[in-house]
Amino acid sequence: MKLRKNIAVSEAGLLFNPVTGESYTINPIGIDILNMIQAGKTRENICDAILEKYLCDRTTVENDYQDFIGLLSHNHLTERHEDKDA
Amino acid sequence: MKIRTLNIGVTGLNAIDSPGPGVSVIRALREAESFKVRIIGFSYESLEPGIYMHDLVDRTYQIPYPSGGTDILLKRLKYIQEKEQLDIIIPNFDAELYSFIKLEEKLKEMGIHMFLPTLTQYEERTKVNLNTFGKKYGIDVPKSKAIHDLNSIHSLESEFSFPMIIKGKFYDASIAYNVEQIKSHFNKISAKWGLPIIVQEFIHGTEFNVTGLGDGKGKTIAAVPMRKQYITDKGKAWGGISIADEKMLEMTRKFLKSTKWRGGFELELMKDKEGKLYLLEINPRLPAWIYLAVGVGQNIPEALVNLALGLKVKPFSAYTVGKMFIRYSWDMIVDREEFEQISIYGEL
Amino acid sequence: MSKLRYERPVIKKLEGGMPNKFGLRSEIQPMPTIDGNSVANLIQDYGSPLFVISEKTIRSTLKKAKKAFETQYPRVQFAWSYKTNYLNAVCNIFHQEGSWAEVVSGFEYDKAIALGVSGKKIIFNGPEKSVEDLTKAIQNDSLIHIDHLDEFYTIVELAGTLKKRPRVAIRVNMDTGVYPIWDRFGFNYENGQAWDAINKIMHSGKMELIGLHCHIGTFMLSPSAYGIAASKLAELTLALEQKFNHEIKYIDLGGGFPSRNTLKGSYLPGIDTNPTFDDFAEAISTALLNSNFRKDKLPLLILETGRALIDEAAYLLGSVIANKRSSTGRRNTILDVGVNILFTSFWYDHKITPAQSFSQYTEETCVYGPLCMNIDVIRENTELPLLNRGDHVVIHNVGAYNLTQWMQFISLRPNVILIDTNEKPHLIRERETLDNMNNMEKIPDYLVKIN
Repeated sequence: MKLRKNIAVSEAGLLFNPVTGESYTINPIGIDILNMIQAGKTRENICDAILEKYLCDRTTVENDYQDFIGLLSHNHLTERHEDKDA
Repeated sequence: MKIRTLNIGVTGLNAIDSPGPGVSVIRALREAESFKVRIIGFSYESLEPGIYMHDLVDRTYQIPYPSGGTDILLKRLKYIQEKEQLDIIIPNFDAELYSFIKLEEKLKEMGIHMFLPTLTQYEERTKVNLNTFGKKYGIDVPKSKAIHDLNSIHSLESEFSFPMIIKGKFYDASIAYNVEQIKSHFNKISAKWGLPIIVQEFIHGTEFNVTGLGDGKGKTIAAVPMRKQYITDKGKAWGGISIADEKMLEMTRKFLKSTKWRGGFELELMKDKEGKLYLLEINPRLPAWIYLAVGVGQNIPEALVNLALGLKVKPFSAYTVGKMFIRYSWDMIVDREEFEQISIYGEL
Repeated sequence: MSKLRYERPVIKKLEGGMPNKFGLRSEIQPMPTIDGNSVANLIQDYGSPLFVISEKTIRSTLKKAKKAFETQYPRVQFAWSYKTNYLNAVCNIFHQEGSWAEVVSGFEYDKAIALGVSGKKIIFNGPEKSVEDLTKAIQNDSLIHIDHLDEFYTIVELAGTLKKRPRVAIRVNMDTGVYPIWDRFGFNYENGQAWDAINKIMHSGKMELIGLHCHIGTFMLSPSAYGIAASKLAELTLALEQKFNHEIKYIDLGGGFPSRNTLKGSYLPGIDTNPTFDDFAEAISTALLNSNFRKDKLPLLILETGRALIDEAAYLLGSVIANKRSSTGRRNTILDVGVNILFTSFWYDHKITPAQSFSQYTEETCVYGPLCMNIDVIRENTELPLLNRGDHVVIHNVGAYNLTQWMQFISLRPNVILIDTNEKPHLIRERETLDNMNNMEKIPDYLVKIN
């Protein structure tokens, strides 16, 4: 899983996609996840980190993670054919 | 005399192809002679052009849609009031007026003045009540009837002749030339705006508008009639000319005297071939073309602010006839950060 | 370090025309407690979903309504509309506060009698009253509101056989400027049916005409329509006095006042636009006081207000079963609350608030019920905070019609509790069990064995 190039997330939770001209807002946990994706972490690592920080069970976190990745790709924010570890 | 600076909140910053009056009202206020202004824009959406017109609007806050209810609106206005110390708010949308009228007392306690029609005035003039309104005040209105089901269509033929105008409760209007068309308009419009549907007599003629200001005691403070010269496909005036028509002014004065209308307004009038005037609609706020009134000598927004502050305002006695307004569009260059700022933080 | 409250990750496109969070976020405030009881505890003790009725709210709402009318008109009597909510505990709160009973079937009539309501304080409305029902009502001196002439003739006969003088009123329907006219109930005012019926009753000599009744509609947003109705009934009363020298004891204006709910398709929320008790009291009492009654002859004003007195007092608690995403990317949330127990979600955009705290992030959400039926939708489109599986929600203003129109469909009906004025919860209707349902059924012998 990789984000498209040039995509930058501001601290306030703003994501701008220079290719499409779209702006997005993201909640804090979403920003955490995006940063970890950009840092090249695997799904496993990311879920571990979330469970470390937030009070939740693994199934929910994994489901929501999958849903979030789905939304990123729905909005064309991920690079195609890069789903090796997603 | 030292001229004071007023903090004025203005809505309707959507200067688009179907424009809100806010930007025109602000231009008028900036040209006021009796006070200086700091303008606080109130926006609903992030792309309202007025938000980005920094020479006209000093600061903008997003406010909740009227559908959110008055509690939430009041909470937001309290927050804004703490930062901006508003003296005046001028609401410019039909849909938000109800909420602001309801909040008038509470805002006054916070030091914010408005000059709005009363709830009775606001409701009496709605399309559904127009017939009763005409009868009560002796003003000619096209005959109209609210219908609630398709069965009552057949009785219409004896009361109205074709063509008829079929109108929605809030918006939308279509002409029907036969019963089949009434049915089809009825279904389409009622699906969108609900019931009732208003059937109105069609009056052939020319459309005119009057904008003005009533002092709430029956006196006419300002009145300027205009004929639309260029109408967009959305039915909005893109150009118009001030005219001298005593009958229209007379009808306006009668309207203000008999209803004791408080605040700004726009009358939509139709003049038939015999020269008879009909009142088609009363908009309970200033129109988007209000700046024409300033251009012909009646700064209506300025007068409205002074009335709201409880000051004495001398009625305007004259205006220049034959002055035109021609609207144009203008592309601003805006940084993405500004759009994101207003979108995320609701302030700019 | 303690862990943070979990919230699912979301990403939302910024659109120029899109309402942003300032437009919508603050519609929703968490509601963790109801009358001092934590929602989470109530669900733990009584299960989810759960109806919760606040006795405090019922009593204070009725007091508010009484005050509105009694300060403007000298003689007012409320009658509790059983069909709106006939849970025994609820009825008895109204009866304790002095309300009469207003019933529209033999079943409801028997319910009121069983609760100990005096027959003289039961108003019997509605188009269906069987001979047995009418017999009981006549024997108990109840107030029978005649709906049609067939009923009138039955009462004439019964008066003869029972050797009693039934106390009756007629229901009148009329044009009050609100359409469609509810002309299926009672006798029409404008075309003279009502006056005819009055004459028939007076000439029959068999019964005592003691009141006039009308009920002009439901969820009425126009107080002036009640003013018109009151004037028309006043005119009938005075005409009756003139022609027969007969005095009517009461004018019953029925119910129909709206609650604070928001009707589907309304632009502004009901809490801002719906008229209050004061508005209705003003319109009705002005009309009655301005009609030609002598000051000492003002009729008693009866009101059968149901919805406006009970809607706000009840909440429906539910829990999130699951979160899904539709094929178009929209968020779907499934609650354990279905339309079978929340019938009014077909009419209203019910306010839904989470029972626990949440961040300012929201998602446009379609709220579904748990039924395996496509029509099971609680809110089609609402901006909700990010709810997790297992989170609790509070659905507001559900006191009217749900606890009478609910049905056992697919799943069983849940517990109902009442929180008393000392904030103590009481179970007032137990959840249904499989046995409850099966006890009513019989299987023919040859169908008992299935293999």
